[in-house]
Amino acid sequence: MDPAERKTDSAVVRDALGVGVAVGLSGFAFGVTSAGAGLTVAQTCALSLLVFTGASQFALVGALAAGGNPLTAAAGAFFLGVRNAFYGLRLSQLLALPRAVRPFAAQWVIDETTAVALAQPTRRAIRIGFTVTGATLYVLWNLTTFLGALGAEAIGDTRTWGLDAAGPAVFLALLAPMLRTTTERAVAGLAVVLGLGLLPVLPAGVPVLVASLAAPAVLWARGRNAGTPSDTATGGGPR
Amino acid sequence: MNVWIAIGATTVGCYLVKLLGLLVPAGALERPLVKRLAELLPVALLAALTAQQAFADGHALVLDARAAGLGAAAVALVLRAPFLVVVGVAVVVAAGARALTG
Repeated sequence: MDPAERKTDSAVVRDALGVGVAVGLSGFAFGVTSAGAGLTVAQTCALSLLVFTGASQFALVGALAAGGNPLTAAAGAFFLGVRNAFYGLRLSQLLALPRAVRPFAAQWVIDETTAVALAQPTRRAIRIGFTVTGATLYVLWNLTTFLGALGAEAIGDTRTWGLDAAGPAVFLALLAPMLRTTTERAVAGLAVVLGLGLLPVLPAGVPVLVASLAAPAVLWARGRNAGTPSDTATGGGPR
Repeated sequence: MNVWIAIGATTVGCYLVKLLGLLVPAGALERPLVKRLAELLPVALLAALTAQQAFADGHALVLDARAAGLGAAAVALVLRAPFLVVVGVAVVVAAGARALTG
């Protein structure tokens, strides 16, 4: 008798609201960071409404603040968003949405909705978890983005208030749970070296893109060391 | 204008990859190597972004109040603090360090 099998709808809603509210409030940090980077309130709100994937939004405003070319900045944000395609693959099997609904559901395919949905035992619970997390997060993230951007404009120089430390802290908080094995740590370490080392010599925004090569580089080195390329295939999971 | 171009490009790109995952047949992107790369790509990007946003000033590397804030965030993460607390601690410590050092 698995108690998870009998998880009630209200328990799922509670889980989803918890994640949605906690993360939704961090839109403040984005609003403040974006305004501090020099974007207007309208531009900041447009990002949260239209892009709606936090790491990409932070990356974009950071790159623009550093004086990056708009397309280079967008490329960094885009590469960070690529992981959502893999979340979508998992979710599309679990949610089993009609094709007509998918273009609308797509906007909510992000880290948090995927995490909540994957933790649910039944299709009904998965759908409730995805929808409630997505809706709560979308509403709160946009509201707090707006308030953060307004607040930042009101307080003037965000650096005086230490708000320029919010961006790196957000990235570190997103990164930390990913550093599970030595492979992840090696990738992170190499990326830091590349990102900082190339900073003085490459145009703004480009070092981050080059640093992303740490991922294939470490995989390649691991494959060579192990002598078998198949050792990268850890846990395929059921289809 | 440049900012709006960046916003437009990011919007289109990020939406299309989200939609792609929901539309392609199951298994199409599930090759182990592709999956592993997709998991590691954010690790590399987030690590590089963390370092740059903490230590970069234009094309120069600097050690300022942001580094103190990042250190405090790392301690908060080790102590398993919630997301908002981690960010809040970084901001408060950075503000304090800046006030002390001028």
